Amino acid sequence: MELKIRHVSKDYGTFAALHDVSLDIRSGELVALLGPSGSGKTTLLRAIAGLETIDEGQIFFGGTDASRTSIQQRNVGFVFQHYALFRHMKVADNIAFGLRARDRSRRPHESEIARKVKELLELVQLPELGDRYPAQLSGGQRQRVALARALAIEPQVLLLDEPFGALDAQVRKDLRRWLRAIHEETGHTTVFVTHDQEEALELADRVAVLSKGELQQIGTPDDIYDRPATPFVYAFIGDSSFLPIEVRGGEAVLDRSVLPLGQLSAPDGQARLHVRPQDVVLRPTGEGVSGRVTLLRRTGAFRRADIEVGDARRRIEAQLPPELAITEGDEVGLHFNRFAVFPSDAPHSTAPN
Amino acid sequence: MSDAEIGRALTDRAYSQHRRPPRKRGRGTTFRKPSAIPGFGAALGFTWLYLAVVILVPLGAVVLWTGSLGPERLWQIASDARVGHALRLSFGLSLAAAAVNAVFGLIVAWALTRYDFPGRRLIDAAVDLPFALPTAVAGIALASIYAPNGWVGSIIPFKVAFTPAGIFVALVFIGLPFIVRTLQPVLADLDREVEEAAATLGASRAWALLKVVLPTLLPALLTGFALAFARAVGEYGSVIFIAGNIPYVSEIAPLLIVMRLEEFDYGSATAVATIMLALSFAILLFVNLVEAWSRKRLGHGR
Ligand SMILES: Nc1ncnc2c1ncn2[C@@H]1O[C@H](COP(=O)(O)OP(=O)(O)OP(=O)(O)O)[C@@H](O)[C@H]1O
Ligand SMILES: [Mg+2]
Repeated sequence: MELKIRHVSKDYGTFAALHDVSLDIRSGELVALLGPSGSGKTTLLRAIAGLETIDEGQIFFGGTDASRTSIQQRNVGFVFQHYALFRHMKVADNIAFGLRARDRSRRPHESEIARKVKELLELVQLPELGDRYPAQLSGGQRQRVALARALAIEPQVLLLDEPFGALDAQVRKDLRRWLRAIHEETGHTTVFVTHDQEEALELADRVAVLSKGELQQIGTPDDIYDRPATPFVYAFIGDSSFLPIEVRGGEAVLDRSVLPLGQLSAPDGQARLHVRPQDVVLRPTGEGVSGRVTLLRRTGAFRRADIEVGDARRRIEAQLPPELAITEGDEVGLHFNRFAVFPSDAPHSTAPN
Repeated sequence: MSDAEIGRALTDRAYSQHRRPPRKRGRGTTFRKPSAIPGFGAALGFTWLYLAVVILVPLGAVVLWTGSLGPERLWQIASDARVGHALRLSFGLSLAAAAVNAVFGLIVAWALTRYDFPGRRLIDAAVDLPFALPTAVAGIALASIYAPNGWVGSIIPFKVAFTPAGIFVALVFIGLPFIVRTLQPVLADLDREVEEAAATLGASRAWALLKVVLPTLLPALLTGFALAFARAVGEYGSVIFIAGNIPYVSEIAPLLIVMRLEEFDYGSATAVATIMLALSFAILLFVNLVEAWSRKRLGHGR
């Protein structure tokens, strides 16, 4: 089922939790909603499920406008961050809940329900645990039960709110791979919320980045990482630093150095140059932008250097091969293999951290 | 303890019970495994001492006095038609009142915790009034309102005051706070996401309430029911003013005991008291067992 979100806004009083969000999700796609805490991820997911009313805009399930239909009619599978299992029901009854809640004409026969529950328990790899109560399960097992319960109703769309948020790192990794496998097997259109960029990039077909209630960019993990559309995305995904520069006639000017913008386009005026540590290359003094190494430290396979750049002594980070012979205090020249330029007054130019 | 203090204690009880992990009752286990944290011995010793002084000794005395009557006399009193009628009236109406309160108290508690409306705090405070009011005042007020020429009594087509219906009204009045106050903290703690989960799974509101919310509330509801029932069985002050106290019609068992005492017939008084005690204990034990069973299913996780 294809999902279209059109100009959706949602206010809490004067605070805009979602602002004019538009987003298309293709049938069978696995999409991650990524953003910092409070950026509106949960609100958007709940709006899709109908758990939250929206003030403006429309949400289409296939061809039908779902904005005005009830939660029950939308037939979405929703997995809550804290699972929200029914504590007084056994695991099997939890999974069967959605089927038993149907009205008589659509309710499957008990034997059919039992068969389905068994099948789902096998899918989530908990075939032995149907007779347990949720209180007798580990966090990861509860998560799987919650997923099985959501899958039981054969949802049009599967929505997961921070599905691995409450689990430890190793379990997260396992479940991630497993969720991808389940997605491949069942083919449900799936949207999941996360604030872990690694999780989003690794798991999703496409990633939608939210900040302060606005959609910054939606694209493949490669798009998001290599071609960030806004300064926010650039800063939020991966490491980066920025330098204040001036754009004049298609060139970036930093003190006395000039950097050709190439395919990048930016209007004349004050701007910011964003660069990732691995795209910073050291050159002999005099070449490129001048800088001074102020701090060197070893991080895993590489060395990280803090470099003060230009007259304003802005500090940027560089990732260097460990064998490079430099010491703290060295004057160096800098070349940027890749960088991005955004006007200073671009919307959302405030980067996190 | 004043009635207000009882109210507070009830809330605490509802809280602590709500949080209590399920008891693991293996076959033949008689003793719950004490926690690794010290304090078990002291707590247990104090509990027994306190229970002995406050409850067991007085109740034991009642039973002992009754025992000294001898079985024949006891049977004679128990099978007396007037005593039998009073007991049936007391227990029947107390159960009915507690049941009615369970339904309407649940609705009141729901409205008070789930919704904000003008006057909510006022109503919330008013729920405690039956605790605070001297029971005789409540009885006189109810009697005058429900009397045939009273505000309510003149509207209702049948007679309420001075009939068993009047007793029922008084018992409902004094029982309401028990249900509301035991349910409120549990309702406030209810996880809204569980109801939302039910809705996304296609359950209608009614189905979600019946299958998801009500089972979660059941232990607290039963606690409230047991307390309201216990209070109603022992209630004297508010009932005698509205009951009319007609033998074989609207005479409650506690009144019968007081009458026997006034006649210096201590034997009969303690005998009736012991029968009431035994019946109450049996009913409360039963309710508690059902409650423990329903609570055990809830477990402590999510
Ligand atoms: N019921 C509410 N009333 C007022 N403000 C709310 C309400 N629910 C959410 N908000 C606000 O809306 C914003 C978005 O909330 P949301 O829960 O969607 O964030 P999120 O992206 O899911 O964050 P997190 O990663 O921390 O879960 C937050 O700033 C939050 O404070
Ligand atoms: Mg959230």
